Amino acid sequence: MAKVTYNTHDSKTHTIDIQNGLSVMEGAVQNDIPGIDADCGGGMACATCHVYVNEEWLDKLPTKEDGEEDMLDMAFEPKQNSRLSCQLIISDELDGLVVNIPSKQA
Amino acid sequence: MNKTDVLIIGAGPTGLFCAHQLGIIGLSCQIVDNLDKAGGQCIELYPDKPIYDIPAIPECTGEELTNNLLQQIKPFDVKFHLNERVEKLKKVENRWHIKTSSNQEFDVASIVIAGGVGSFEPRKFPLKECEKFEGKSLFYSIKDKSIFKDKTISIFGGGDSALDWAIELSNTSKVNLIHRRDGFSGAESSVQKVKELNDQGKLNLYTKYQIGSLAGNEKIDSVTIKHDDGEEKEFKTDYVLGFFGLIMQLGPILDWGLNINKKTIEVNTENFETNINGIFAIGDICSYPGKLKLILSGFHEGALAARGCFKYAKPDEKLRFEFTTTSKAAQERLGVKK
Repeated sequence: MAKVTYNTHDSKTHTIDIQNGLSVMEGAVQNDIPGIDADCGGGMACATCHVYVNEEWLDKLPTKEDGEEDMLDMAFEPKQNSRLSCQLIISDELDGLVVNIPSKQA
Repeated sequence: MNKTDVLIIGAGPTGLFCAHQLGIIGLSCQIVDNLDKAGGQCIELYPDKPIYDIPAIPECTGEELTNNLLQQIKPFDVKFHLNERVEKLKKVENRWHIKTSSNQEFDVASIVIAGGVGSFEPRKFPLKECEKFEGKSLFYSIKDKSIFKDKTISIFGGGDSALDWAIELSNTSKVNLIHRRDGFSGAESSVQKVKELNDQGKLNLYTKYQIGSLAGNEKIDSVTIKHDDGEEKEFKTDYVLGFFGLIMQLGPILDWGLNINKKTIEVNTENFETNINGIFAIGDICSYPGKLKLILSGFHEGALAARGCFKYAKPDEKLRFEFTTTSKAAQERLGVKK
């Protein structure tokens, strides 16, 4: 279980508990947090679950698979701290994670 | 006016199999899709990637699955309308009239929406000012490459489209290729070629840069690009091209009065009809309690929706349940009756 905070583009903050094994994307979708579309349902095929991860968390996250960086090329305004939230699988180590949701997914 | 029993929107696996199920029960259909070929996400997103959960097919690629489905519906001679998007819907007595983006018209008894997560459209630049140049000096696809001859072209992206066009246009134009990172998602051979051209001065490659702004009135005069570390570069350019792949959008279907929930259409699980009589939704685009976005679920939904279409197409007839193994009528329709 980990507490994850989502900052949405309209400066609202949502903090929720997510079970281990679910992804940061699933946590958002199941809790109706706006701004994460996840069109492909977690298949790393669409880049519409794009988030910016707070700097201090970047090296604690699971490393990117090849396909993730390729998909991030397609994301709206990707930055160095961009990740696809479907690839961030929750574990106890991610307790306290903060992600920022971009203004648009596409 | 194309008159048929059912219009299927979307030529992905779900739409294709639904055409099969309609054919088996003796209904005619035609299929509209916004892409230039059948297959939907299977072809557009993962043609070469393996799929392991199609019943009785231990492993196949998206392309193989599509080809097999096309083979399976061959007997029904289904007419495809590709590169077209459905736009307008009108109820005319007990029929539906649909108009597409290229003004094709359909007169049908019912509609099956098998639209996946929407129609594929090019992903655009995040900048507002891009809109006013779009279609004039800014493009997301190339229809006539002759306009670029002897001009300066700035291409953004790191996939195959960006690399291939950069290589091709570098023969006749001055090309700048801009990509947000050092790595590319396009084919390794194209990446090598681009690097060679850059070393030979036949193309300018800028990595770790993204678009900053555009300047110009009627047409683009210059583009400013921004490095990861904040440094900016401005250069003159006649055209800007963006190749960021495709995004899926629901489009005009949103305005049809259907019950939409999180970009999906609510249906019943008896025959996958929507809140509007005669309009069905199947595959990734439909939602109901327990919905799984699997191809096999789409097949099931298509089989039931096809039967749901029957009463609209043939209101005076009764549909009998039959197996293809033993049904003479079905085998005649399949053209296999001996």
